[in-house]
Amino acid sequence: MPSGTLQLTGVTKHYGARPVLDDVSFSVEAGHLTGFVGGNGAGKTTTMRIILGLLASDGGTVTLGGSALTADARRQFGYMPEERGLYPKMKVLEQVAYLARLHGFTKADAVAKATALLTELGLGERLNDNLEALSLGNQQRAQIAASLVHDPEVLILDEPFSGLDPLAVETVAGVLQERASRGVSVLFSSHQLDVVERLCDDLVIIAGGTIRAAGPRDRLREEHSAPRWELESTGDVGWLREEPGVSVIDFEGGNAVFDAEDPAIAQRVLRRALEGGEVARFTPQHPSLSQIFKEVIQ
Amino acid sequence: MTTSTTASTALSPAQGVWLVAERELSTRLRSKAYLISTGILLVMALAGVIWAGIASATPSTTPVAATTSASALLDGVDGYEVNEVADRAEAEKLVSDGAVDAALVDDSSSPTGIVIIADKEAPQSLLMMLSESPSVELLSPDAGTGPLRYLLGIGFGLVFMMAAITFGTPIATSVVEEKQTRVIEILLSAIPARILLAGKVLGNTLLAISQILLLVVVGTIGLMVSGQGEILQGIGGPIAWFAVFFFFGFILLAAMFAAAGSLVSRQEDVGATMTPVMYLTMIPYFLVIFFGDNPVVMAVLSYVPFSAPVAMPIRLFFDEAAWWEPLAALAIMLVACVVVIMIGAKIYENSLLKMGARVKFRDALRG
Repeated sequence: MPSGTLQLTGVTKHYGARPVLDDVSFSVEAGHLTGFVGGNGAGKTTTMRIILGLLASDGGTVTLGGSALTADARRQFGYMPEERGLYPKMKVLEQVAYLARLHGFTKADAVAKATALLTELGLGERLNDNLEALSLGNQQRAQIAASLVHDPEVLILDEPFSGLDPLAVETVAGVLQERASRGVSVLFSSHQLDVVERLCDDLVIIAGGTIRAAGPRDRLREEHSAPRWELESTGDVGWLREEPGVSVIDFEGGNAVFDAEDPAIAQRVLRRALEGGEVARFTPQHPSLSQIFKEVIQ
Repeated sequence: MTTSTTASTALSPAQGVWLVAERELSTRLRSKAYLISTGILLVMALAGVIWAGIASATPSTTPVAATTSASALLDGVDGYEVNEVADRAEAEKLVSDGAVDAALVDDSSSPTGIVIIADKEAPQSLLMMLSESPSVELLSPDAGTGPLRYLLGIGFGLVFMMAAITFGTPIATSVVEEKQTRVIEILLSAIPARILLAGKVLGNTLLAISQILLLVVVGTIGLMVSGQGEILQGIGGPIAWFAVFFFFGFILLAAMFAAAGSLVSRQEDVGATMTPVMYLTMIPYFLVIFFGDNPVVMAVLSYVPFSAPVAMPIRLFFDEAAWWEPLAALAIMLVACVVVIMIGAKIYENSLLKMGARVKFRDALRG
């Protein structure tokens, strides 16, 4: 089933005279969870709609495994729109099965798949309830089922975690990770940066319609790390202030946070700290996603 | 073809259309409101037909009292139940008791030799029968005028208008529902907008047609049961034509209702964009009723796609249309269908994903 890399190249879009996307390029690897992060109005939803062919771009290309997307290829996509929507007065199982049939499954297969998926998502007891009778969190689970039921090769999810309680976040995250492990390409946007940070293999950060950073999460972290270290020891490390090539950010007794010009200087600091007492912790400090985010969108 | 539990095959357009239509049908057929209103409509139609049969089978009679000599005037006249009385006093008593509606007694002082005695008002029919009017000869009788033409106009017009509104409005509201709940984005990621539109139109057209057929069946049964079967002979052809015109006329309106619904994002706003379509369904009804006896207007109306389903069957019933005329009108209707569906689909496709403010008609056409 792995379908290859979903690649956006130079995608632009204007609403009237207002530019919304400008030269947007990034890729979503098969088998990876890719987080799509950006402020409100940054262009996330527009990008997703263009990937799905719901909107036409003004320029640029979207390819899957190297070939241009056709309507048939897009039929293998799963989509969860930002604004949730299913038929309020239709039974949960029935509408998820209906969507599977629209994607080309036979009636029997559609019902079987929808039942299994809804049960996996914890809605096994509510299959024959109307959607509007479910709590918001459960409606959200049904919505996720709707985007997954046809076994898509590419998943495009706009804010899949918003409105979910922590348990439901775990359930949904588990389902997404399981799909990715089967080779599905998953692109999802979220404002919950901690969830994105924890789940994602790759990150795409967008602001004002342009991509500010894109790539593997760990590489981005390293790229945006100041050469910063954290030291926790029993001795007094007041001497750090006089150490050449070191600038102290934070200092208290045996604990300190400092920037070192290069790793060799950091190692020298560690040796000296060991001479003065026990070192409980010595670690390079990586910025959190929200720090990187703030940095790159400026 | 082998079925696999994991593979999906691409839907053909026809399969897609039918899936959407099937959902429209099953949703409506399960709605209690729909079933109840259909039931009420059928019962009313049946009751109306049977009541008309009973009323015409037992013509009402007016009880009158008459003295022996005066009663000769009513001999052999239907509709009167004559109680012979001896004299005027007895007649007056019966009238004032309410036993009879009027009394007919000799009175030599009256120029006609008789007097009608009634309580508050004399029965008009009795007065008319006993009065002498000059006979009338028309040089160019207008065959068309008459209650039947009027009734047919109301009948066909009402059925068409009611069906268009009953089944057209839900198309617009279901389009808005899909926009309002945003399920539209998911649907469009699975199937093209045209398929969705076609499925909606097909599903609701089938519903409308089936309800009309039910009405016809119930009406026919009612006519048979109440012994009015002979009415069917003259009207069978026009009703068949009505059904054909109705089918295409409804498709025309359905596409317009869908386009009207797609222009707005909230149920509260749908009234505004639906109003012009509503007028289009109502205008032919009123025109046919008001100008039913004007042959020129009727001829024109029977070719205009929106009024043809009502006007053409009436002209056919009165043998005013040549054999080729319904075919020509049907051809015009088909062309109009294609054009309106193309425009409707364009508006629909261009407006479906535009949320918020009402989409301007001009923008919807341009895309």
